[in-house]
Amino acid sequence: MSETKKKFLYVNRKAPYGTIYALESLEVVLIGAAFEQHVSLAFIDDGVYQLMDGQDTAAAGMKNFSKTYKALGDYEVRKLYVERESLDERGLKVENLMPVTYEDEDDDYAEKPSLIVVDRAEMSKIIAAQDVVLSF
Amino acid sequence: MSTLHTVNKSPFERSSLKSCLDHVSAGDAVLLIEDGVVGARKGSQFAGALAAKNGACAIYALGPDLAARGMKASDLVDGVKVVDYAGFVDLAAEKSRVCAWL
Repeated sequence: MSETKKKFLYVNRKAPYGTIYALESLEVVLIGAAFEQHVSLAFIDDGVYQLMDGQDTAAAGMKNFSKTYKALGDYEVRKLYVERESLDERGLKVENLMPVTYEDEDDDYAEKPSLIVVDRAEMSKIIAAQDVVLSF
Repeated sequence: MSTLHTVNKSPFERSSLKSCLDHVSAGDAVLLIEDGVVGARKGSQFAGALAAKNGACAIYALGPDLAARGMKASDLVDGVKVVDYAGFVDLAAEKSRVCAWL
């Protein structure tokens, strides 16, 4: 479809529900994926809260869009980088995050984890390796 | 292959400047715009963090946003350069990517 395939990184730094940023980011991620670009996501600062397991928005009366992260694998979005220092600062552990996986068609459709915990220095290198960085 | 990082929030209100400075690579440029310019003021709480990165990275502040807030180039942390809108465009064009810290 598209002749130019670029590396897009979506940087998420805000918790979900308090503002529209997290939901808007997901919308744009899916657009990037639809245009068959190399899409990956970064979760930094309060952005790590977007991936919390067990989000229940019923009592708050808001749309729970957290399941969308789990569906990203079906759109070839397989790299969700989570910053270790951001988890640590907030008293969070990777076990507190929802499992996000993709099916590897080159490995008999084995389910593999999409969440990749990286430290701050690695995150800087990931940013430096992109063609396009979109911030939310 | 370097990056232009923009920061548009005051460091007294958000962690954008801190996060930006924590993620820059050597050779990158940091441009403070809108309320972000208050972080460049000499003697402010963030002057040290900014000065520590100035060298490995180039730090800029947008002149019209400084002027709007009653600040002059002489009010800024030593080494912070002032650019106008055309300078902003030049920075964006000369770097490989732009990363906004909101």
